[in-house]
Formats: sequence, C-alpha cells, structure tokens
Amino acid sequence: MIGIVGYGSYLPRYRIKVEEIAHQWGRDPETVKRGLMLKEKTVPGLDEDTITISVEAARNALKRAGIDPTDIGALYIGSESHPYAVKPSGTVVAEALGAVPNVHIADYEFACKAGTEAMFVGYGLVKAGLVKYALAIGADTSQGAPGDALEFSASAGGSAFIFGKERVVAEVLDTFSYTTDTPDFWRREGAFYPLHGGRFTGEPAYFKHVLGAGHAILEKSGYKPEDFAYAIFHMPNGKFPLTAGKKLGFTKEQMEPGWIVPLMGNTYSGSSPTGFSATLDIAKPGDLILLVSFGSGAGSDAFVFKTTDLIDEVRDKAEKLREMLDNNRIYLDYGQYAKYRGKIIMNE
Amino acid sequence: MREVVAIGCGMTKFGELWTMSLRDIFVDAALKAIKDAGVDHIDSMYVGAMTPGLFVGQEHIGALMADYLGVAPVPAVRVESACCSGGMALRLGFFEISSGYSDIVLVGGVEKMNDGADATYALATAADQEYEVYQGVTFPGLYALIARAHMHRYGTTRKQLAAVSVKNHRNGAMNPNAQFPQEVTIEQVINATLVADPLTVLDSSPVSDGAACVILASADLAKKMGVRPVKIIGSGAATDTFALHDREDITTLKAVELSGEAAYKMAGVKPSDIDLAEVHDCFSIAEICIIEELGFTEKGKGGPFTEQGNTALNGKIPVNTSGGLKSKGHPVGATGIAQVVEVVEQLQGKAGKRQVKNPQIGLTQNMGGSGASSVVHIFKI
Repeated sequence: MIGIVGYGSYLPRYRIKVEEIAHQWGRDPETVKRGLMLKEKTVPGLDEDTITISVEAARNALKRAGIDPTDIGALYIGSESHPYAVKPSGTVVAEALGAVPNVHIADYEFACKAGTEAMFVGYGLVKAGLVKYALAIGADTSQGAPGDALEFSASAGGSAFIFGKERVVAEVLDTFSYTTDTPDFWRREGAFYPLHGGRFTGEPAYFKHVLGAGHAILEKSGYKPEDFAYAIFHMPNGKFPLTAGKKLGFTKEQMEPGWIVPLMGNTYSGSSPTGFSATLDIAKPGDLILLVSFGSGAGSDAFVFKTTDLIDEVRDKAEKLREMLDNNRIYLDYGQYAKYRGKIIMNE
Repeated sequence: MREVVAIGCGMTKFGELWTMSLRDIFVDAALKAIKDAGVDHIDSMYVGAMTPGLFVGQEHIGALMADYLGVAPVPAVRVESACCSGGMALRLGFFEISSGYSDIVLVGGVEKMNDGADATYALATAADQEYEVYQGVTFPGLYALIARAHMHRYGTTRKQLAAVSVKNHRNGAMNPNAQFPQEVTIEQVINATLVADPLTVLDSSPVSDGAACVILASADLAKKMGVRPVKIIGSGAATDTFALHDREDITTLKAVELSGEAAYKMAGVKPSDIDLAEVHDCFSIAEICIIEELGFTEKGKGGPFTEQGNTALNGKIPVNTSGGLKSKGHPVGATGIAQVVEVVEQLQGKAGKRQVKNPQIGLTQNMGGSGASSVVHIFKI
C-alpha cells in the first residue's frame, strides 16, 4: 500500500478581514463578501515566509508520521513565493528538519498547483521504490496587488504530506493530471505582483481544468461522486470550488470540511492541500476523498485517497487545521497589513 | 430607389465565447445567414465593428472577414459608428442595393470584447476624449447623469428604471442566444452592485462576444427566388452633439428622435403603426429615453409607461423581445444587426416562445456613444 503516512499544516496567526481591505479601497464590503464568499484571510508575520511555513507544516507531518527524518529520500516544495529566485527553499527546510544530506531536493512552481505537483512526484518516487519516504509540501505567502481583487484572497499557509509504504493513513488509489497552455494568471521575473486575465481565469481556465481533471479521474477510477465521503477543489475564492464541485455531482456537505477559504483565504500552492489536510482531520477510516488542485497556466492534478484505520491514531498528534483557523488570531488593520506584507517601500 | 428586402439571418450565441476568435465568431454567423437565405454568392459585404483594434489588436476586418468567409474578392468594408456600427452597416448595404449597384449584400456586425482588453477603456473611446474621458467619466457615468436628470425632471423612479431590466430579462429568458437568460426581480436590480449611482450592474448591458449577419437582396431577386422576404421600408440616421454636456437637455436624445422621424417619413408610418421594436438599451435609462424619442409614449412618461407593462411582450408596443442588450448581450458592433435578426424573425413568425402575435411592422434603433449617433430601420412583412 502506498500513500500518506503523515500530514500537517501551518497557518500564520495574523488575519485581515475583507471589510478592512474593502474600506481601504472604497469598495462595498458586503458586495465583495457576497461575490467572493470570503470573510477574512491569513497574513504572514514579518519573520515568516514560504520556508518557515514549510518547516512548521513538515514538523506537524513528522509528528503524525513518527518517522526518522533521515529516512526522507526526497523533499519537494511547491510554491509561487519561494523567497529566493535562485537557491532552493527545500535545502533550508531539509536542514531544519534534520533530513540532510542524503536527500533529493527540488523547488516546484506551477502557480497554485505546485503543491500537488510535489505530492504527485513524491508519490511516484515511493511507488517506483527509489525512496523510502518522500516529503511533499505546498506553501505560499501569496501575492495580490494592492487594490486588485486578488488582495481579498491572497493569504499565507501551507501543508506537508509524507508519502511511504508502511503505516499508511491515506492510500493513493488513483491520480490524473490535466494540463494545457492557458495563460490566465502570471507573474514575470522581477515583478512584485501577478497579473491576470480577469474573467478569463474562470470558465476557460479554472473550470475547464478542474472539471477536466475531475471528470477524467472519476471515469478512470470508476468511482461516482456519491462514493466519496469528501471532495476538495482548489479555492481561489469561496464560489469557484462549490460551483465546480456541484457541476461534478458533489454536495456541499461533501465539500464543507475542506472548504476553508472563507476564513483562510487562498494560500495558492497551499490551498487545496490544506483543504485536504482539514478533511483528513475529520475523516473516518475507509473514507474516499477526492482532491483536485488547479494552477494557472494551466493545469489540475487529481487524486483519489482512501483513509485507513491508522487515521484515527495519528490525527491528534498535531494541531488540526480548524484549530489553527479558529484559535489564537490577531487581527491587523490595513496599515499593519501593508507593513507586514512589505507593501510600504521607501524611496531611498 | 429599388425595394430592398432581408432574405436570411444568422447569429452566434452572445456571451463569453472563449474558444472562438473574432473571425470564427463572424464566419459562424455569416454562414448561418447565407444558409438561411439560400444564396450561392454575395456581391459585397459590410462589417460593423466598433473597435476590434483595441479589443483584439485587429483592424482591416472587412478584408479579413471576406477572406475567412471564403467570399474574396468581393468588396468588403468595415463600418464604424461606435455601438451603432452594425446599424450603420445595414444602412450602407441597404443603399447599395436600393441604388441598383448590387443585388445581394451581406451586412454583419461582430465584436470580441472578452480577450483580455480593458473593455471600459475601449468603450470610452466612443465618448469625447478631450472633454469627457480625460475628466474621468465613463459610459456608465454618462448614462447615470442622464438617469439622475430624468428622475429629477420627470419624477422617474428607481423602480421604473429597474422595470426595464426586469422586462428585458423576462424576454431574454426565452432567447436561446441570450448571454444572461435569467429572470431578475425589481429588488435584485436595485440591490445589485452599484456601477454609477443610480445605475447598478443589472441596469447595465454586459461585455459580450458575438456576431450577427443579415443577407439583403433586391425585391426583384427575392421574388425570383420564391422566398417570403421582409421589406426594409424606412432608414434614418442622425447625429447629435458629441459630448453630453453640450446638449440643451441631457434627458433628450436628439439623434434618436431625428433618426426615427426620418425613418417614419420614408416608410410612411407613425409610431402607433409599429408592432414591435428592438431598441438600444445599453443602460435601463437609455430604453426609457428612446421609447420617448421614438414617440411610443410622451416625453417624460417612459418610466411609468414601462412600469405599467406597455412595452412587455404582450403590451401595447413590445420593446426588446429578444431580451435587448441587457439580457441578450451587447457585443457592440454586432448589436445593430442582432436587432434586425430579432425583428425579421418576429415578422416571419419564427421567434418561438417570445413570438409577438402576428406583427406586420417592426423597428430597430441602434445608438452610438451617449447618443451622438443613432440609426433607425423599419421593416414590413
């Protein structure tokens, strides 16, 4: 059996409410909240970045897996906010976890689906027998330009998954990837903030790929929507995943546990993986779970997981996602937020 | 002048046509019209488009469309008069046949607005760049000024503005080509996202892709072909001050009134003879002003006239049976021709669920900018 042997997440404790951002730009908060189905989002602290978030999430995954970090043969981080353009994030994380030096490391980038890319490759290496354990992380301190619609959603956080063959808590039953050249959202080298094609990011990008991957994995695996206990779809806002899920035949009840975007925001590469982490927090043994990511550019990775009896043993060994979302919050005003996100630039 | 008739129509669905390029959209509509007309050639073509250069970076689209439609080397030219480019293309095609120069002319309109361009900016180039746009005003802003003045002067209410959108969405819900075929309520219109006070997003026509084409022919030729043609009995066009602030009265769309008068005169009909009309409801207030200028109701009474149901499908003068720009969609260059498609189909009794009972005379009114240009056509079966 090949699958996840440990999982964990991390969210910064700072938050900003939709009202606060809307007020700053003269937008009607109720219209924004209704349109995007968002309430608040996480904000990284001044000393937090994709590397620190990855370390925290990976430590939680290690607590649940109970494995020796030196047995990790591959460590991959998917993010679109790697702190360095040249020099990997993964080496810092591996060092912090004690996984060096006998480990293969790479940083991935594929807009919001880099996290599931890491999971896909990690799973593949374990299946091929090349490594004993592979650690796959999706984490971001997402960028959204001041005043852009993305500013209401772009947030920070991430999740880590350790793939292995022994003591599996969620078996991988099937995978499917669906990819085309669809430039709906991008950030050029050196640019602070991403640009996007407005409504083009919807139907021809998000929905085409999420539904494409979703339909394909259902057909390939032979499962029907009603066979699944839960389903998670990438969450650029509150509305898109619910619409996509409904079109595929899933109910709101199946999506609710992983639908964390109204309080978390869009953690880009960490979005659907963190929704999956929140779902594992409450899943019962034997539950089927569908995970479909989306990355602009564009593509979707889909996974069918089945939880095992061990899920009950490991879930309490680290902090659960809903606890991170609900507890210990510090709310920022827009001025503090601008400072925390490095949006105030001195003209020296 | 020779009598001119419409012998075939075709249009694409209006909406976000992500998988179709500008030329795909046009060719799709043109082939449908050619098939509907049953002709094996055309003598020339006119293509209405407002600003394909800004929307998709393509100009010179007369020749482009002739090439991709496979009709080159026939003469083909693009016609531009902002949002009434389509209506003006029809007028030129009408003249070409009535003059005796050609027997079969394809008149079409197309716009692809969803391809990454800033639609608000592109549309605003139809307003006065020096005196309006540089001051920060947009089209929703200009029509909001008209709405406020109309409300102030004539007591038009917020609910009456909303009644235009409610009626048009009710009609559009029965149109398979409509971009937003959903019914809306007065409350939904009033409480929707504000665009420019008092106009909300549901008072405003959407950004759309789409094309529409009509095949015109001489009446003599149509007779030989044995088709049941729809005659064009009136054509009128006019212009007004370009900028809204230069008008003596901003609640009056003079170009609409004058283009209507010219068309009525040519056709020898009165407003009360019109059985249905497709008018340029780019914003709810526009339809209220237009039905006043065209004489369907008295000046200042457009609001209550609409609220009382006179312009509904079964009303005294059904207006925008297609759903109008609001519900059907507004790919600017295509709109004027799509209005003709609706009126021709209604007169032929082919409008399905939204069919008006036995109409004989129909009118189309297409407008550019904040009313600086307007074109009206009258059709008879």
